[in-house]
This record gives sequence, structure tokens and C-alpha cells, in this order.
Amino acid sequence: MHPIFATAILATVSKSPSGPNPRPRRVGLFVTCLVDLFRPSVGFAAVKLLEDAGCTVEVPPLQVCCGQPAYNSGDRATTRAIAVQVIAAFEGYDAVVAPSGSCGGMLSHHYPGLFEDDPAMKARAESLAGRSYELMAFLVDVLGVETVAARYDGTVTYHDSCSGLRELGVKDQPRRLLGTVQGLAVREMKTPEVCCGFGGTFCVKYPEISNAMVGEKSADIAASGAGTLLAGDLGCLMNMAGKLQREGSPVRVRHVAEVLAGMGDLPAIGEPERGEPG
Amino acid sequence: MESTARDFNDNVDHALADPNLQDSLAKLKVGFSERRRQAAERLPEFEALRDRARDIKNHALANLDFYLEEFERKVLALGGHVHWAPTAADARRIIGELCQSMGARTVAKSKSMVAEEIALNEHLEAIGIAPIETDLGEYIIQLRHEPPSHIIAPAVHLTKDQVADTFLEHHAKLGFTKRLTERNDLVAEARYVLRQKFLDADVGLTGANFLVAETGSSMLITNEGNADLSNTLPRMHIVLASIEKVIPTLEDAAVLLRVLARSATGQESSAYTTLNTGPKRPEDLDGPEHYHVVILDNGRSAVLGTEMQDILRCIRCGACMNHCPVYGAIGGHAYGWVYPGPLGAVLTPQLIGVEEAGNLPNASTFCGRCESVCPVRIPLPKLMRHWREREFERHLTPVAVRQGLALWSFVARRPRLYRGLTGLANRVLALFGRAEGRYRAMPLAGGWTRFRDLPAPQAGGTFHAQWKKKRS
Repeated sequence: MHPIFATAILATVSKSPSGPNPRPRRVGLFVTCLVDLFRPSVGFAAVKLLEDAGCTVEVPPLQVCCGQPAYNSGDRATTRAIAVQVIAAFEGYDAVVAPSGSCGGMLSHHYPGLFEDDPAMKARAESLAGRSYELMAFLVDVLGVETVAARYDGTVTYHDSCSGLRELGVKDQPRRLLGTVQGLAVREMKTPEVCCGFGGTFCVKYPEISNAMVGEKSADIAASGAGTLLAGDLGCLMNMAGKLQREGSPVRVRHVAEVLAGMGDLPAIGEPERGEPG
Repeated sequence: MESTARDFNDNVDHALADPNLQDSLAKLKVGFSERRRQAAERLPEFEALRDRARDIKNHALANLDFYLEEFERKVLALGGHVHWAPTAADARRIIGELCQSMGARTVAKSKSMVAEEIALNEHLEAIGIAPIETDLGEYIIQLRHEPPSHIIAPAVHLTKDQVADTFLEHHAKLGFTKRLTERNDLVAEARYVLRQKFLDADVGLTGANFLVAETGSSMLITNEGNADLSNTLPRMHIVLASIEKVIPTLEDAAVLLRVLARSATGQESSAYTTLNTGPKRPEDLDGPEHYHVVILDNGRSAVLGTEMQDILRCIRCGACMNHCPVYGAIGGHAYGWVYPGPLGAVLTPQLIGVEEAGNLPNASTFCGRCESVCPVRIPLPKLMRHWREREFERHLTPVAVRQGLALWSFVARRPRLYRGLTGLANRVLALFGRAEGRYRAMPLAGGWTRFRDLPAPQAGGTFHAQWKKKRS
């Protein structure tokens, strides 16, 4: 378990001897730029899951991106400027939650290192890092959520997005919650922990390599026999959905939060809208 | 070795279109990682050993001057010699002169990546000495005039059929005129051909997995025993190793061995673990009369004390490339120089320049699988990112990427402008993508849409726009 989670759980336990009564009530949602632009339903699914667990959710309006495109391109100055924005926007929340392991990991694992020469900013970055979580890990490890009230008829396979898995230890949490969804069965693929080839700007800087990687992933998904692919990061999901659809695969692709929040009847990623959204 | 790292993108195209390579890689991806996982699971203290291995190497690097001098003292006391080679050219010259001092015509070599790094074979051939690779994989690629594609499995890019063809082509003149189809038969034929070469060699040259300061020993592990023939039969044994191979004690070596073989091949231990400690002593029945250790720097000391120092912990197990999905897609040759995979993505720019090898640290998704299996816990993605930062600072990042980034960063630093533009993009992309739900082609997004559809946004505005409407 990641030490941040352990600390948070200890804090929860020590403050509430009566049981898993969630402590961090006022949550700032870090929407992520892809969810904001491409799939707002993931954000609303996250809000629903957090509110169902007893949190008050706010969305600071001045948030933009976590800065990964600059950070992973070697542009530290821009990354720092963006991190300063994010840190300021999310000051004062008990917890900051992102429906993405990659953006969550950026806030919780990479921001403090950007300010080695600025002790005041470093302290603020560390404060944010200590309060930042990926959605699935926050629900299960911090809030102690054990079940969701949702139904999804079908077999799903779950891809472990890299940052969530390896930086934040997100592995069992989504599977535990999916296990409580009525009508849903999980069929694991052979290598759910192998990268799908998205990698942010990687997928357009090295499209041939990215294509080879996502091609292998789509074969693994198909071999699982599952009708739906789920994951916790929209970047990976768009990459895999785009490849599956280019190949004519019938597999439908959704963010795990949507299924857990009972929003599994929305058109899947890359599918046409069936009517006006409600 | 001549670098083609600058042509990385061409190398990639070539690799992806090579069906034999893709066949070989498909096997490698499953085999190595599964065996490593099982080996790690069988050893409850494996994770703790990784911590100790990291600490041992960190300590050795922090006191590198001390341990190198200690190692030299011990070797001299044993009657051996130590040669310091600041550059690859120095190492080539020293080894060439040592071979000439023996009147050598052939040199039996056991696998050494440092020898590849300094292009030793080319140099020996140029001065009229024939290097004979005795590791099976190295022998195969020497016959084919190819560089290794993996640091512990140099011929892993080849299929069995390709090896069979190569042997038939080169061994027919020795009387082996039947094309072999079984693995064991291929190995047996290579053993037979190599045996006489061991006996004929005037000099044996090996690398070293570790140099043990405490005893002056060089430690070598193999699965074929070829190193033992290389360093026992000829009259002179030359050890070629780079400075970061030195560790304090045999006890430390024992810890490192426990993580090395498990990480590399999933073995508890390699088949042969050999300590070479000086030349043949009077009471020894065999062994080399002359024992020389050539210690190469070649840019490594410049890494000490920098943000890249962690890469010098590397014990060359190959786990990072065995688990790398990029290596798994393109193989080792595409990286264009001696060290492929995540290790090469960090080390190659250091050794031959980031101007030449700038693509390597960029061609990674930062999936972190390499770091998660590294026996000495090298933070490989972080080090690759440091290279990207240096490239950005030095304006080596491609112009298109820089311009795109500058534009994006201008907008991303102005939340209200960003909100306006994403709102517009959302509406336009949702409108035109509504019928199909996705785009098959998109101007300026060819990198994406060449191979994948681009999902269209959901209609109804961005999340922030919808949230504002709902909650205000």
C-alpha cells in the first residue's frame, strides 16, 4: 500500500473509532483535461461516486491541466508555472481526487520535486501531494467504500493503466468495486499490466511504435472474450477505443467510474450519441 | 560500434516490418518476464535484496576512487596488472598491444558488452588478430556480421531457422553439410566448432560482472562455461570492465548475484559463477600465466555526482528491456548502439552524446515497468525525463514539438482562455463527429488517426461548462 493511503487510513481510523466513517468530506475534483474536453460523463460519474460516499464535491474553476505534456517533454519552466496554478486552485480542500492515475500521480508524486529550489512552494506542493488521490484508490482505501449500487449486464476486462498501477498501487480497488456491480463479470486479459502505448505525446511522436503496442493490447482484449473494456484513465481508453474501432472490434470501451456510477448505458467511447444528453 | 541511433525512426520502421524479428520478440516478451516473476515469487526476501543491492552499488559509487584503487592494489599483489583506459581508444590500444606482446593470432572472447562499446573486434581485425566470439549468441551474430540486440541474449532477434541457415553457410566448409533443425543439434555443432578455437587461442578476453575490491577478483557469470575456457586455456587472460563494476566485498557480490540471475533469466543462479583472482600460481595445474585487467571510464566518471548517477548502479541483467513494451515492439537493433531498451535510453546519450541519441529517451511511454523490475531500483523513467529536460534546454527538441508545446503552454497558463478554446473545440468536434461518434482522419492529428480512430467528444459542452450550468 502506498504510504499516503496508509497515513490517510490511519488518520481515518484514529479519528473515528466507530468505524469507516469517511473523514475527508470536502473534495476538490481534478477533472483532467481529457475528461473535460472529450468525456464529461466521467467527471459526473466521479462526482456521483464521491457524493454517494458522503463527500461534498467542488470543482475549482481555475484548474486546467496537470502539466504532464510539458513535464514529459522536458519543459520544466512551463510545468512549474502550471503546477503553481493547480496548487493554488486546490488549496484548502481535504482531498483532491482525479478520475485518472496519471494526473493523480502527477499531483501526488511529481509536483514536490519541481520545487527543490523553492522551499515555500515545495511545502505547498507537498501539502497538495499528501491530499491528492486517484479516484478508485480514494474511494476504497480512504473512504472505505465496499459496494456500489449499479447494474451492468455483460463481461468486462480491466486494463491497469501504468501510472495508477505502478505509481499509486491501483490494482485491486477497481476490481473490488466492480465485483459488487449487479450483472457484471470480469474476465481478465493475459497482460492487463502492460502499457497500451498511449503515453501522452508518445502516441503521436512515435505513432508506429504506439500502434504496435496498442495492436498487441487489442489482441489481448479480444482474446479475453469480454464485451467491454474498462480502465481508469481516459487517455489510455481513447487510445484503445480508437484502435479497437479501427479494427472493427465489437468491444465497447468505458471509464470504470461510469460503470460504477450506474452510467453504463451511455454511448461508449467513440460511439455516436443516441439522442440529446439528459 | 558505429551508431545508427540518429536514424531511430528508420530503424523502427525496419524493425516493425521484419517478420522474423517480430516472431522472436513475441517469444521474448512472454518468456523472460514470466520466468523473472516466478523466480521473484519463490524468494520471499527478493524485494529486501533489491534494496540491499541498490545500497551496495550506491555505496560503491560514492567511494568509487577508493574501491578502484583497492582493487588495483590487490591485483598487483597477486601478480596481475591493471590498466586504466580513460577512453575507448585507450582501451583498444592497450588490449591490442597486450595481444601483440603475446604474438597472438587469435583471441578467444567471452561475451562482453564493454568490448562492443569500444568496438574491440574491429580493432583487433585491423591489426591482424582474429577475435573469436565463444558465447553461442555472440558466435552466431559474429558469423552474420551483426551487432547484439540484447545485453544478455545477443542473438535473441533471430529465429532458430535463421541460425540453422547461418550455420550451414559457415560450417559447410568444415564438413557440416546437413541443415539442422533441432536446437540441441545446433548447439552441439557450435560446441564442436568452437572447441578447437579455444585450444588454439593465444589470448582469452572476458568481461566482468563485478570487480571485487576486497580480493582483487573479477567475477563472471555465464550459462555456457565458455568464459571459463576463455580464461583458463590461453596463456594470457585479459579482463575488460568499466569503472562502475567495482564493489567492495565478496559478501556484496553474493547479494548482487542473488538478484542478478533471477532478474535476468529467472534462474536462481547462473550455471557458472567464476572468480578470477590473479594469474596462475606455481602450484596451480592450469590458468593463464599473464593476467591483465583493463578498466574503462569512457565518460562514466562524468556521470558521478550528477542527476544521472543512478544509471551507474546497473548490473546489466537486461530485465528493463525484457519488460519494456517499446523494446518488445522494436527489438534491440533499432536503438542503434550497444545498449538497447530503457538502459540504453539513459546510458547511450551519456556515452555517445544526446545529439546523436536524442530519440532514445523520448521513445518511452514512461509506463514504469522497467523501474518496477530493476534489481538495483534505477528510476529509469525519471532519468529519461532528465534527458528530455536537457534536450529542451539545449533546443534539441524537434521544432514541431517545441512549437506545439509553446502554443499549448501559452493557453494552459491562461485558464479563462483555455476554457474558451476547449469549449469551442468541444462543440466543433462533437458536432462534426456526432454521426459516427469518432473521426477516421483529422487534420494535424495524423499521428493519431493514421492507426486509430479519434473518439468524438460527448455533446453538451465541456465538463466545466456543464458543471457551471448545473451548480450555479
